[in-house]
Amino acid sequence: MTLEVEATVADRDVEVALEVADGETLAVLGPNGAGKSTVLAVIAGLLHPDRGQVRLDGRVLTGDGAFVPPHDRRVALLAQDPLLFPHLSVRENVAFGPRSRGAGRRTSHEAAHRWLTEVGAEELADRKPGQVSGGQGQRVALARALAAEPRLLLLDEPMSALDVAVLPALRQTLKRVLAGRTVVLVTHDVLDALLLADRVVVMEGGRIVEAGPTPDVLERPRSPFAARIAGLNLVSGAWHDGAVEGIRGIATEPAPADGDTVVAVFRPSAVSVFREAPGGSPRNNMPVTVTDVEPRGDQVRVRAGHLAADITVQAAAELDLAPGTHVVFAVKASEVAVYRS
Amino acid sequence: MLPRWLFVPAAIGAAFVLLPVLAIAARVNWADFGELVTSEASQDALWLSLRTSALSTVLCLLFGTPMAVVLARTSFPGQGLLRSLVLLPLVLPPVVGGIALLYTFGRRGLLGEQLEVLGVQVAFSTAAVVMAQTFVAMPFLVVSLEGALRTAGRRYEIVAATLGAGPTTVFRRVTLPLVLPGLISGGVLAFARSLGEFGATITFAGSLQGVTRTLPLEIYKQRETDVDAAVALSLLLVVVAVLVIGLARQGRITEQ
Repeated sequence: MTLEVEATVADRDVEVALEVADGETLAVLGPNGAGKSTVLAVIAGLLHPDRGQVRLDGRVLTGDGAFVPPHDRRVALLAQDPLLFPHLSVRENVAFGPRSRGAGRRTSHEAAHRWLTEVGAEELADRKPGQVSGGQGQRVALARALAAEPRLLLLDEPMSALDVAVLPALRQTLKRVLAGRTVVLVTHDVLDALLLADRVVVMEGGRIVEAGPTPDVLERPRSPFAARIAGLNLVSGAWHDGAVEGIRGIATEPAPADGDTVVAVFRPSAVSVFREAPGGSPRNNMPVTVTDVEPRGDQVRVRAGHLAADITVQAAAELDLAPGTHVVFAVKASEVAVYRS
Repeated sequence: MLPRWLFVPAAIGAAFVLLPVLAIAARVNWADFGELVTSEASQDALWLSLRTSALSTVLCLLFGTPMAVVLARTSFPGQGLLRSLVLLPLVLPPVVGGIALLYTFGRRGLLGEQLEVLGVQVAFSTAAVVMAQTFVAMPFLVVSLEGALRTAGRRYEIVAATLGAGPTTVFRRVTLPLVLPGLISGGVLAFARSLGEFGATITFAGSLQGVTRTLPLEIYKQRETDVDAAVALSLLLVVVAVLVIGLARQGRITEQ
């Protein structure tokens, strides 16, 4: 394991243990106040835990009487707010990390150019931070964090303060630059976890209540928080003729090309259940076998393998559902979001 | 929208500050003005004032900046008390400050003997003028800068540290540039306070032409013998003060 964290912060009632493998992206999901940012602060060396240890590549950063100061950890932090140094140009901002580690003016400017190009913000190099938009600022902040060549990158809700219009493109950029890096991503957006993370832990009340590979946690959430935000239907496969595994949906920009691996996402509440395939409508029809019927208040969740549908109690009674029943799950193409994965 | 009645006391307050300045200008003997302000004693006093005030401003920056950073960025037991004590010269009558300095650095003062052994005699020298001015001006810089530091917050410094910048690099490349406007206005305040310093100077440094008699001291002396000269020099001091404030404002506008 590259990163091993075990920490107790008593006054915030946080007690966690987690590990991240080399090149792996771990998403930390959870409601506000769950202690997600506290965990990042402990890893970055901004907060002394009451008990515990932080190890990166076997080196003890916190614990055992040792405490490596933040600037010696090679752990970069990208927060909600880009926090670009207002008195420096965008180029100087990105060159800040290399300069701080002793690189010359020219070398650090070359590094700045390379990383700004990597995040698609090279044309902003001469601007002051006050002259770039929120989304651009976050790209620059990402380039700045990467230019510092950290062993570990911490992302604390990096997209939650941004306009929704810029999110898909920034997600794609993040996906590209995070590949192969060791990353801890704190988010409350299930989509970030789905597209960017290999594994997910769910935090609630200062504890990790659930952990596992991203698709497992999102398809079969066991904790209340994960169930509320996730419980999504995920169908992944190759994109072919505007569909994946026969399911049509709305592809987010940039649109996938034929043969790209994509994932189609739709909520169980968007799924209708029929005994026979309904004809003449622009729906995706999926013939399935019911595996489980579970009442949830005035709703019934019908599971069929890895897919789920939420229908009313009356509808479930009329359909006379039981495990083994052959039914058709139908969902409108407009309810299905397709992402490149 | 402001309540309209607010403008009345505001105007009275402004008039209270501005009228006396106009009164000086009205009282000036313009016919002899040039001669009065270019006399040898006046020239000596003005030159001494500018030199000592510049030097004490530099001392305030050198020692006051670290003091403001420590007060704004650390917490330790007794910090609140220390802050109050450091700001004491703000509320102390300058004459008391002068006496305190005299009994610290004077011949029979706390450190006087040690200084005498080293062959240094501070009291009643130009150095004493600079020390008196630094003593009264330092709190202005510290207060102004500490406020700027607290407003700027620590967030940028934290980001800089996670990017691999050590404490000295963070201080030099992030903290100081971010509070530059506060540093400038604090420096200007300190300079202006030094320029106007009177009580501590006359107590600790005396009034010797060309050595310790700064412009305010020269004005006070002339007031008894040559009112015209005193008024002309007062106007000169007002002009210098206005110029300093104007330059500082210009600097801040360009900075922004």
